[in-house]
Amino acid sequence: MSLFNVMDIASTGMSAQSVRLNTTASNVANANSVSSSYDQTYKARHPVFAAELQRASQEQNAGTGVQVLGVVESQAPLQIEYSPGHPMADENGYIYKPNVNIVEEMADMMSASKAYETNVQVADTTKRLFRNVLRLGQGS
Amino acid sequence: MAISLDKLMGFTHKAVQVRTERMEVLAGNLANANTPGYKARDINFQDAMRSAQSGRSQNLTRTHENHIKGHMQGSGEMQFRISNQPDTGDGNNVDVQVERNAFLDNGLRYQASVEFLNGKIKGMKKAISGGQS
Repeated sequence: MSLFNVMDIASTGMSAQSVRLNTTASNVANANSVSSSYDQTYKARHPVFAAELQRASQEQNAGTGVQVLGVVESQAPLQIEYSPGHPMADENGYIYKPNVNIVEEMADMMSASKAYETNVQVADTTKRLFRNVLRLGQGS
Repeated sequence: MAISLDKLMGFTHKAVQVRTERMEVLAGNLANANTPGYKARDINFQDAMRSAQSGRSQNLTRTHENHIKGHMQGSGEMQFRISNQPDTGDGNNVDVQVERNAFLDNGLRYQASVEFLNGKIKGMKKAISGGQS
């Protein structure tokens, strides 16, 4: 129970949100990577967040940070398009497009960057308070 | 007559402690703003202060060495926030706006407590030095 814990919690938030931003960037970048088979096609990735349950149950009175449990691939169906003239088309003339939903990704990106900012502000406020505490009793 | 620093700091010190704890909980809420299933929590400052004042944290007496050690924090401090928006679909009820305001408010009050503590220390210093800088 100290100000360091607040910093820790804010930093877990920041790292989780940056993972989210990372996956979003990769999804957007690969939104148009066409391939010629279902397995090789890029699938949208999303991180799974979880509160650090263990810590929460150990210390009943403390706030908990956030943990990235892992990154899962989206199960949404891929877009299969009939385009025989495409150089990547398979023998039946189909191309496979990733299941990335650009609108969803943009919304995700904004949410992630806002959340990141919030966590930065938390860390910043804590830092300022810390400085005040360190100056306690100094000066005339 | 010995000077008791504990008495000097006493109550303000406890306020700072509770403020720190609350800040931690609020930071946790903000960090978990996107965690599915997370419920926003908060500390009731008044209750926490009251229990800090009376030193209310109970240790259960063990009558047998195989008994599990029991330690009870003052009850009713940690509470779940009653959200003013319905469930968003993933079981998370953190309202970032509310939490940010609470965090800011708590931070300012923390600062006020620290300033107050600072004032007390300065006063004590002055008393010790007999008013000479």
